[in-house]
Amino acid sequence: MGKSKPSRVRRQAPRAPAGPRGGPAKANPNPFEVKVNRQKFQILGRKTRHDVGLPGVSRARAIRKRTQTLLKEYKERNKSNVFTDKRFGEYNSNISPEEKMMKRFALEQQRHHEKKNIYNLNEDEELTHYGQSLADIEKHNDIVDSDSDTEERGILSAELTAAHFGGGDGLLHKTSQLEGEDRDRPKSRKELIEELIAKSKQEKRERQAQREDALELTEKLDQDWKEIQTLLSRKTPKSENREKKEKPKPDAYDMMVRELGFEMKAQPSNRMKTEEELAKEEQERLRKLEAERLRRMLGNDEDENKKKPKHMSADDLNDGFILDKDDRRLLSYKDGKMNIEEDTQEEQSKEPDSQENDQEDGEKGENESESREDPEESGSTDSHSDLESNVESEEENEKPNKEQRYTPGKKMLSNDEKIGKAARTELPYTFAAPESYKELRSLLLGRSVEEQLLVVERIQKCNHPSLAVGNKAKLEKLFGFLLEYVGDLATNDPPDLKTIDKLVVQLYNLCQLFPESASDSIRFVLRDAMHEMEEMIETKGRAVFPGLDVLIFLKIAGLLFPTSDFWHPVVTPALVCMSQLLTKCRVLSLQDVVKGLFVSCLFLEYVSLSRRFIPELINFLLGILYIATPNKQSQGSALVHPFRALGKNSELLLVSNKADVSTWQKGSLSLQWASKQSAPTAAEANHARLSCLAVCLALAKRCVFMYGTLPSFHAIIRPLQALLTEHLADCSHPPELQELCQSILSEMESQKPLFQPLICEKSKPVPLKLFTPQLVKVLEFGRKQGSSKEEQERKRLIHKHRREFKGAVREIRKDNQFLARMQLSEIIERDAERKRKVKQLFNSLATQEGEWKALRRKKFKK
Amino acid sequence: MELESRTVGLRPLGHLLQAVLENRSQANSVFDILAVLQSEDQEEIQEAVRTCSRLFGALLERGELFVGQLPSEDTVLAGPQGATHKYKVWMRHRYHSCCNRLGELLAHPSFQVKELALKTLMKFVQLEGAQPLEKPQWEGQYLFPRMLFRAVVRGLLSPEDDCSLLLSQFCEYLEYDDIRYHTMQVAMGIMARVISQQAEVSTTFWNNSFFLLSAMSLPHQECDLTNFYVKHTQPSDKWKVVHLKEHRKAFQEMWLSFLKHKLPLSLYKKVLVAMHDSILPHLAQPTLMIDFLTSACNMGGAISLLALNGLFILIHKHNLEYPDFYKKLYGLLNPSIFHVKYRARFFHLADLFLSSSHLPAYLVAAFAKRLARLALTAPPEALLMVLPFICNLLRRHPACHLLVHRPQGPELDADPYDPMEEDPARSRALESCLWELQTLQQHYHPEVSKAATVINQVLTVPEVSIAPLLELTAYEIFERDLKKKEPKSVPLEFIPARGLLGQHDDLCAQLFTLT
Repeated sequence: MGKSKPSRVRRQAPRAPAGPRGGPAKANPNPFEVKVNRQKFQILGRKTRHDVGLPGVSRARAIRKRTQTLLKEYKERNKSNVFTDKRFGEYNSNISPEEKMMKRFALEQQRHHEKKNIYNLNEDEELTHYGQSLADIEKHNDIVDSDSDTEERGILSAELTAAHFGGGDGLLHKTSQLEGEDRDRPKSRKELIEELIAKSKQEKRERQAQREDALELTEKLDQDWKEIQTLLSRKTPKSENREKKEKPKPDAYDMMVRELGFEMKAQPSNRMKTEEELAKEEQERLRKLEAERLRRMLGNDEDENKKKPKHMSADDLNDGFILDKDDRRLLSYKDGKMNIEEDTQEEQSKEPDSQENDQEDGEKGENESESREDPEESGSTDSHSDLESNVESEEENEKPNKEQRYTPGKKMLSNDEKIGKAARTELPYTFAAPESYKELRSLLLGRSVEEQLLVVERIQKCNHPSLAVGNKAKLEKLFGFLLEYVGDLATNDPPDLKTIDKLVVQLYNLCQLFPESASDSIRFVLRDAMHEMEEMIETKGRAVFPGLDVLIFLKIAGLLFPTSDFWHPVVTPALVCMSQLLTKCRVLSLQDVVKGLFVSCLFLEYVSLSRRFIPELINFLLGILYIATPNKQSQGSALVHPFRALGKNSELLLVSNKADVSTWQKGSLSLQWASKQSAPTAAEANHARLSCLAVCLALAKRCVFMYGTLPSFHAIIRPLQALLTEHLADCSHPPELQELCQSILSEMESQKPLFQPLICEKSKPVPLKLFTPQLVKVLEFGRKQGSSKEEQERKRLIHKHRREFKGAVREIRKDNQFLARMQLSEIIERDAERKRKVKQLFNSLATQEGEWKALRRKKFKK
Repeated sequence: MELESRTVGLRPLGHLLQAVLENRSQANSVFDILAVLQSEDQEEIQEAVRTCSRLFGALLERGELFVGQLPSEDTVLAGPQGATHKYKVWMRHRYHSCCNRLGELLAHPSFQVKELALKTLMKFVQLEGAQPLEKPQWEGQYLFPRMLFRAVVRGLLSPEDDCSLLLSQFCEYLEYDDIRYHTMQVAMGIMARVISQQAEVSTTFWNNSFFLLSAMSLPHQECDLTNFYVKHTQPSDKWKVVHLKEHRKAFQEMWLSFLKHKLPLSLYKKVLVAMHDSILPHLAQPTLMIDFLTSACNMGGAISLLALNGLFILIHKHNLEYPDFYKKLYGLLNPSIFHVKYRARFFHLADLFLSSSHLPAYLVAAFAKRLARLALTAPPEALLMVLPFICNLLRRHPACHLLVHRPQGPELDADPYDPMEEDPARSRALESCLWELQTLQQHYHPEVSKAATVINQVLTVPEVSIAPLLELTAYEIFERDLKKKEPKSVPLEFIPARGLLGQHDDLCAQLFTLT
């Protein structure tokens, strides 16, 4: 009831022709019925629906409706019987009146039928169609077409008409004639009719047969036509299955034509590149990579990510709540210039793209060149090498990033392969990827270096990730196993460094394929080493240098990952590990010295590009130099932890034998020394000591070169300087070493100290917070502006509910008023009736009384 | 004797025990039991010790031992006293010999025997304390079996063996106030005697003594000490053992007498480590430690570092005037400071000492400069701590900002700071700058580098708490680096590897060979 308003508008609209101001003007011209809701402000674009109201009309409608519904209910409130309208579909608006009537008729028929048949059990109704029994028709197996009727209707033979309309005389007459010829016996009417029927039936059958023939013929014709049609046009009707079966097989020519049509056209390819171009591209690629490396070395990207000032709105409560991602940037300064981020971002986004392109280009070039070379190679060598070169080219395809062709190492490798060809013929060509370290070990152990390499290579090829799904995981594991194997080789006595040297290439290749897992495995071995050392420190209070394997792992980590990064997931822990080795491990023997020097060398190598400062390294070199000089109380002040000014090992590297000093020759220090268990002869040991000293001095020189530009260079090297002068004063060293010392000292002297006073960066002027108003999309006017979508929806629903509730309450109130009014009017009516009746009674009584009095008066008068 | 013990061994000791306890006439069986105590076999000894414990425990409870000044055995036996008197005196003598033997057993090689002997002796101490074997001289006199207890402690403070295990067993008894009190007194006496007797005292003795001494801990609050091992029927307020003051006195005398002697160097360190929280607060007069601490502080090295803590408490709480304290502290800063075990403790204290904002600027500058200079030799875990430390110093003392910000300073060709100068006032640190921090911005570890770049900007006001950084170890840094998640994929080396030492301009390849 409350919702009648909009429907009213709708209903009124068609009734009245369109006027300028809507309904009231024309439908209800009475101006006293119109109530105009005055608008305070004219607002553009606002649609108002309630500017004009018709209170009288709507009230009248409401009353009418109530009288129809509520009043009825009220009046029937004491009645218990209910009127049910059982007419079919009377209130169903979905069914059209015609249908309704049809259904009703059918129902009526059915009812009739059922009623009739309730007790009529034997009789079975025969269904007829145009007077014929349906059962008969079914027997003929004939679908009677509509045109057959017309046909039949058309042929109204004289006989038939006579039979039908002629009262039977003519027919009777004729048949009697016929019969009369055959037999004299006259035929009864019944016989005649039967005969007639039989005749007509026969005729009919003939006609039907004829028509069937015609139908068959047309169908055949259709088929023939379709066959022809398929030939005429390529399109075959899809719906008919039968035809598909009979689709003619395409002949060879057609197939050829189609194939040619669909064949890929030759794509224009890049032209072959000349050597210079290739070299140039390579150079360009390396330059890009180097730039990338530099960026990582400076560690700027982290800052960039962090320091982007965010846009702040005036309405921002500073509570970190963000409605949407805001990609606007606040004005910011860097190095006094305005920071224009878009450019750099674009550059950054461009960079990887171009890099990729470059890589692709490079790859293509390589592939081409490789394929160009292939025939030559295969032609020049025997059948085995043919196979090899194929394999090689495959490998090239697999690893686009490699430039083996330019590396002499690879060439050496291929030479080795040629040498070991005889042995290789025995090797199987496929290897399953090892599932455990033991499997790999059993595969590799006992083979020559070349064979081992070949096995690893073949494992890689047989399990290339592109060949099967699980291969990636297998190869990722292979890296870990190989690393373990390398560790094993390094701990052997003597360490098999040659094999490791070759295996490193494989490790590098695997690492390029699977950086994540490779970094994980290297981190794992580093953690193991550190953990072991930490435990030793905790239990014994001091640590010793670990085995050669840890040093090799550190070296490999440096080879596989860029060591110059500001922060790197593998390299940074490795640096900490090396720092621990240099500060925590006691130097107790010559092996320890060699290991320590190797670690220092690695350390320097790690920072060779980034030129970072390593305090531990200086300390260690200082300690080594110290144990190579005779003890003196004065110098010990600068020594730190692993070394002691006085004690058992404080003269470990001191060589007192003059003869050994004179026979020593400068050369590289062998890594085998690091793991030698047996005691060497005195002369060998002395030579090794001098070599250690030489390495130490070389490292010191390198340090001096590297750190010369540091602001406090002189403070750093002062203790070294003091010790070196000491060394020089003590003239027992061979001349080469003395020269080295001298050169270092002069190098130290040549670095002019420059002490620029420190100045803080001027703190950037803090830009005023630019409070731009926060713009929120207004979805709906009014109070229903929630913060989030759900909230809005909720508020909307609450509002709607309240409105409905109010409306319902109002309606109920009105209903009650209406009812009260009705009751009142009833009472008034009843009272009036009673008054009227009483009055009437009084009237009659008065007249009676009057009459009686008049009568009595009359009597008295008499 | 051998034969006898063998035969006795055959007869169960339980029977003997029963016989002695039931019938005084069987008292001579005690000899058999005591004879087994001398046995070589560990099991037999343990059995005998248990039997003795039960025997004399029962006798002590029954009061069947002679009470009072013990006359010599022979005189009594020959004397005219009654049989009961004689029996008691005789039995008391047996009890003494048993205790002596048990005291000897405290040095037995087997720990079980030692432990059992200790427990038995402590049981005797308890029983004897409850029923004293000496006559009180006046009503309510506090009696404690001192002689017996001295024997126990003497056994514990053996100059030969390391008794730490047994001592840790004994520490259970130290919870009782009376035991602790008497231990302190007795230990002092024993130490004095050992010193006077032997010219060269073994380190084992000192270690044992230190173990015992350090196990002693007095209650912090003033309260009635009623937790007694020996149960007394009528505890009295007049007893010394009830008052904490007396305990403190004993504690102080004990430690002073201990420290009076020349101790091994490692022990000094241990004492100093424990000084600030388990010794100084319990002393009656902490100022008596001044001499010890100042001399320790003057020794140099790790001992000086450790002495600082005690000294600080004395300066802070007991009004000690210590001249040139900061000079001494300054002198303690040498390269090894970052490598010693007590690094965290030292820097914690140094932070405390330098937290005053009333220190002169030259002093703070000298400290900052010195620390920065030393940082050039420090490992990363120390650097991560000392760099914020230096920055904190600068923050506290705005006058020292000159060290990192000298706008119109002249360009110098030498650092004006004199590292050899011992007096911070003359080190000319304020004329210098912290170039060392600038150097450390090039440190290989990213976090150190970041910590050092702080000085590039104007230092923010709130200080950085260095407390969580004090205990940082390199292993923790390593673990942290490992766990740090990389945002993107792992960057790879783009120069292909050619072998272990085959890289271009490889330093290793120049200096090392594989063969």
